[in-house]
Amino acid sequence: MSTGLRYKSKLATPGEPGDVDKQYVGFATLPNQVHRKSVKKGFDFTLMVAGESGLGKSTLVHSLFLTDLYKERKLLSAEERISQTVEILKHTVDIEEKGVKLKLTIVDTPGFGDAVNNSECWKPVTDYVDQQFEQYFRDESGLNRKNIQDNRVHCCLYFISLSGTGRLRPVDVGFMKALHEKVNIVPLIAKADCLVPGEIRKLKERIREEIDKFGIHVYQFPECDSDEDEDFKQQDRELKESAPFAVIGSNTVVEAKGQRVRGRLYPWGIVEVENQAHCDFVKLRNMLIRTHMHDLKDVTCDVHYEKLPRAVHPADDQVKLTQDSRMESPIPILPLPTPDAETEKLIRMKDEEVGGEQGRMGRCGRAGRTARTWGVGVRTAWGQSEPHRRCLC
Amino acid sequence: MDPLRQSPSPSSSRASSPRTFSCERLGYVGIEAVLDQLKIKAMKMGFEFNIMVVGQSGLGKSTMVNTLFKSKIWKSTMPGLRVPMPQTLQLHSVTHVIEENGVKLKLTVTDTPGFGDQINNDKCWDPILGYINEQYERYLQEEILITRQRHIPDTRVHCCVYFVPPTGHCLRPLDLEFLQRLCRAVNVVPVIARADSLTIEEREAFRHRIQDDLKTHSIEVYPQKSFDEDINDKILNSKIRERIPFAVVGADREHMVNGRCVLGRKTKWGIIEVENMAHCEFPLLRDLLIRSHLQDLKDITHNVHYENYRIIRLKESHALPRGPGWVNLAPTPPGPGKVCRWAEDDSDEDF
Repeated sequence: MSTGLRYKSKLATPGEPGDVDKQYVGFATLPNQVHRKSVKKGFDFTLMVAGESGLGKSTLVHSLFLTDLYKERKLLSAEERISQTVEILKHTVDIEEKGVKLKLTIVDTPGFGDAVNNSECWKPVTDYVDQQFEQYFRDESGLNRKNIQDNRVHCCLYFISLSGTGRLRPVDVGFMKALHEKVNIVPLIAKADCLVPGEIRKLKERIREEIDKFGIHVYQFPECDSDEDEDFKQQDRELKESAPFAVIGSNTVVEAKGQRVRGRLYPWGIVEVENQAHCDFVKLRNMLIRTHMHDLKDVTCDVHYEKLPRAVHPADDQVKLTQDSRMESPIPILPLPTPDAETEKLIRMKDEEVGGEQGRMGRCGRAGRTARTWGVGVRTAWGQSEPHRRCLC
Repeated sequence: MDPLRQSPSPSSSRASSPRTFSCERLGYVGIEAVLDQLKIKAMKMGFEFNIMVVGQSGLGKSTMVNTLFKSKIWKSTMPGLRVPMPQTLQLHSVTHVIEENGVKLKLTVTDTPGFGDQINNDKCWDPILGYINEQYERYLQEEILITRQRHIPDTRVHCCVYFVPPTGHCLRPLDLEFLQRLCRAVNVVPVIARADSLTIEEREAFRHRIQDDLKTHSIEVYPQKSFDEDINDKILNSKIRERIPFAVVGADREHMVNGRCVLGRKTKWGIIEVENMAHCEFPLLRDLLIRSHLQDLKDITHNVHYENYRIIRLKESHALPRGPGWVNLAPTPPGPGKVCRWAEDDSDEDF
């Protein structure tokens, strides 16, 4: 069972066996229903990796998801790098495990921080993130919302460049400050196998201090509820204390102590990637995939996406929204006060489309349709749904 | 590996003049005793060596210097939080006198914090070039005085160790720009810093890529091919050139390994011994800089780089007479600089 479902079912205190049935309503199975639906639908997750070249980003992605996305990558020579600008590359891969499908998109940023003059080298990245938000907003305000592709960046793994002194370099600070309000940033210490344990500890403290000093808002792990068991709380505490994670990646399997492990072979020893004593890779993987993936998506939807200013789009004559009107009624209220011929035609088109969508099943569809007509929340069997549609898909 | 390798005097490099005859010796004269005399004199005077370390922060430069000279030249890393990151490139020099077996070495180490750390690193090499030229200028001013000092204090940079970050890919644009400019002015020895993050295969691949890059851009690092004097030098230096850049690891802590006390870094998966050739190439760097080529570094600085600077300066001030001794200097960037070894050379040597 995934750790996301920590629901405990509480039955009302039974008087006699018969009473239990009378008092038991049955919505305790809701999480299971959601689970089944989600499994059918599959998940999508967009992860961005950013940092200077040569910090082990591709190797780490390979180790995290155990797929080689960079098989055909050709490393640029020094000459080619001189004229390179920052690009944004997307790789999408579908991973399936025990019936659960994950559509994973990795957004790579080759060329970042490599040039002699790196002023504003994060601009292509911020433009890309804004573009995805823009696209999602457009899709959400559009008509066919059943199959919206969510390409918003849910998490950004930022590799802090090899620095033994723990000071954040100006490029790091610039990048994180440009993106901390738009994306969940998880800073990482890359290539941690060149650091001894004492250095790692000091480095982490320094980086935490520096992040506070510069006022960068990195992704904060949510507090766990007070009724969780001790084990979980302990894990959560350890997680928080080890940020930023010092990770090592490897795409080779070596033989250590008679076992085949993922690691790196050095003349002085073997570094095991999945050994908690060697690096924080396991913590990162658990956080990213096993425990906090959904929270990352939620924070992206609820915090970063909401924060973006919505400018009036004069070119977009179908939907005219301002920040205020969005808060009150996120969906355009029809009919418009003074419909002209153009708008009348649009209204008729919309009516036909809405009427034509007979088979629109699902809670969202119905609530959405009703909400569209009325622009207010809808009272359904399980409570008042808020005007802003929050579905679990 | 004679620590007192003579700087070749002009007479030895000239083709033997037809007027000297080698004569048969009738007995032992004692000419070789001059070597002992030189040795005694040199030990009295002591040696000077000026080294500069350049590289981004966090690459282990200060630790490397401490490891090279087995002394705490610099206090170890981790400056205080209140010390802000240098906004511009600064140069810090520290001078120590180290003594070993009666031989005194006056060592000056120049550090360059702030190199390559800014967002815009354009022209970050200018302060370094400026410093190097300033030292040449100082020496020149002393040299052209009418009453010169007996021993001109030598603050010229004899060797610049450039730390390349262990990305494993290839040289970055910043590295190339810096190396291109500095190889013309000073002896540059590139090293792969923090090599304990690369496996042996990665190291070799990285090294080959760097060598290719250097060749493509005609960057001549020390030991320069064009300054090999004779066949022995060539053989020795070729071996070194194959291994440049050295993959080094620095450490100033000692640990016990198999009953021996070694300098190294202790990690959870093993101890990296700095002086173990199987682990890293620090011994090669140390041998190059100190045990075998220290005098050669000083000679090339004096005879080549300093002379080039002198020619440029004298040309500027129109003080150089045009005559048979006048030689052409190839134009500076972008082409590879062909420099002459001896400024006052015979006219039959032309370029």
